Amino acid sequence: MTILDAVRRSQFTASTRRQSLEKTWAKVKRGWQLYLMLLIPLAWLLIFQYWPMYGAQIAFRNFMPGLSIWESPWVGLENFTKFFNSYMFWRLLRNTLWISFYSLLVGFPIPIIFALAINQLSSGWFKRTIQMVSYAPYFISTVVVVGMVIQFLDLRRGPINLLLQTLGMSPVNFMGSPEMFSSIYVWSGVWQYTGFSAVIYLAALSTVDPSLHEAAVVDGANRLQLIWHIDLQTIMPTVLTLLILNMGQILNVGFEKIFLLQNTLNQTTSEVISTYIYKVSLASGVASYSYGAAIGLFNSLVGLILLALANQISKKLTDTGLW
Amino acid sequence: MVADVTAQKENPKTKIRERGLDLVFLIFLYFILSLILISLLYPLIFVVSASISDPSAIMAGKVVLFPVGFSLKAYQAILDYKQIWVGFSNSLFYTVAGTLVNLVVTILAGYALSRKDLVGRNFFIFLFAFTMLFNGGIVPTYLVVNELGLINTRWALIIPQALSVWNLIITVTYFRTSIPNELLEAAQLDGCSDIQYLVRVVIPLSAPIVAVLILFYAVGHWNEYFSALLYLNDQALYPLQIILRTILVQNQVDMTMMVDVRSYQAIQAMRELLKYALIVVATVPVLMIYPFVQRYFIKGIMIGAIKG
Repeated sequence: MTILDAVRRSQFTASTRRQSLEKTWAKVKRGWQLYLMLLIPLAWLLIFQYWPMYGAQIAFRNFMPGLSIWESPWVGLENFTKFFNSYMFWRLLRNTLWISFYSLLVGFPIPIIFALAINQLSSGWFKRTIQMVSYAPYFISTVVVVGMVIQFLDLRRGPINLLLQTLGMSPVNFMGSPEMFSSIYVWSGVWQYTGFSAVIYLAALSTVDPSLHEAAVVDGANRLQLIWHIDLQTIMPTVLTLLILNMGQILNVGFEKIFLLQNTLNQTTSEVISTYIYKVSLASGVASYSYGAAIGLFNSLVGLILLALANQISKKLTDTGLW
Repeated sequence: MVADVTAQKENPKTKIRERGLDLVFLIFLYFILSLILISLLYPLIFVVSASISDPSAIMAGKVVLFPVGFSLKAYQAILDYKQIWVGFSNSLFYTVAGTLVNLVVTILAGYALSRKDLVGRNFFIFLFAFTMLFNGGIVPTYLVVNELGLINTRWALIIPQALSVWNLIITVTYFRTSIPNELLEAAQLDGCSDIQYLVRVVIPLSAPIVAVLILFYAVGHWNEYFSALLYLNDQALYPLQIILRTILVQNQVDMTMMVDVRSYQAIQAMRELLKYALIVVATVPVLMIYPFVQRYFIKGIMIGAIKG
């Protein structure tokens, strides 16, 4: 194939533009079955991903059920200004950013530390067991995890409050306290995702060159120094890539789990942008689709900008980037 | 460890001192990891213990780690709980049918996009990958699903989720790196068409990636509740997760099922017991297949990591 490629390339430079077009066309014709394979996936992509992007223009219209998207009148940025001026705006932004930031601060480094620690164990039943057990919660559904959280934090029968009582403390109404919400969300996430997130770092750690370790040991490095100077350095590109991706997701806090953990008592701190979109547009009796779409678009755009920013910063500082 | 031994030969004195430090570090590590292991396991053990305990023991808060008393009443109640079984069979359908659709779409796209001679390959990959960075949002997506007439049909949980771009990227990477190019050349010399090649050569060589895809997609479908919340309002179509939400999160239990339970306290106790048993019933199918596919699961993440 490489020889054929070389021949083709030399022909390409020699041939006229018309000839090269013909060649490309011949290649397209020869690969028609590949395009046939792409037909369904591309149709799906256009219908379920790009059509909604096009439809997001209802954010700039006043869409009413009954009218089609194209018949609804343009209103410009009205939906956006309505959102920015609403009393919910700052609360939503604050809650979303705080929950995100807290998740990132706790949920991002813990899997790295966990992977580095697991990597220190010599293979044996303990290592196998802890790895297998740590992935298991990932496979439990969000609904069940939230159900478990509610049972565990129950005011009267939950094991946590029973423990507090045995220790002589008064029970805490965890699910009813606004100030507890972000911690419940973040730490139950740590329980569920640490093992899963660590796998990718363990994969990266398996590429560490053993001769580096040997050389460092000869130089008198201890285990902590090996971890710090060799293991961590090796997985740094993976760490940064994931950090950039996480930055892009900072406004997309786990909608499903937050929605399920919400109740009337903790609403002041638990309402985030994505749950609010659902409530004002799809779940409410008077569906305001345009308003919901505008908030959604704002959310997506800020996410994209944050991702691009994180990518630029990372590229400047470390030469690691997504593009 | 091999490194430690060789180093010791070189410079025994300093090594012994550092081994001492390293030993303390290792003991500390095992201690911390044991604590983590316990905290990972405790909730799971507690749920199982609670589900088979005596209802009154739960209400009195006597269950700490091991079951107190023994009763299978909750499991009996689940057997009689019609809605749960409707949800269970619906979820089974969505999982099997949905995963089949996912596999076909992902493999078709994945193979075509893995071929370097595909004209426009980079453009197509960009089209797919861009949706990971930006999307129209839930409201416009809902309107599209609505316009296609999928609302309140079983298709609403299958077609809009027909492809996950992340899984597609893993698949493309697998095809590109694991299927030798020479095979394609040889097959083409024999006059094999692209479709024949995909079906007869590529797919038989793709057991690991197919296992990964089945695992990710099937678990996704089984655990999915939000699409059902958005797109379905006919109870007969509800997947298990929606029923679970009603019982576990919204605390609404249909007590008419339990004819033999009379007093208020007994009903309360039964309600709690039922929740624990339900968590077990809903989670066991997934956790049971998981040890068998564990190595594929790790492999899948690693394939993803290469691309990362």
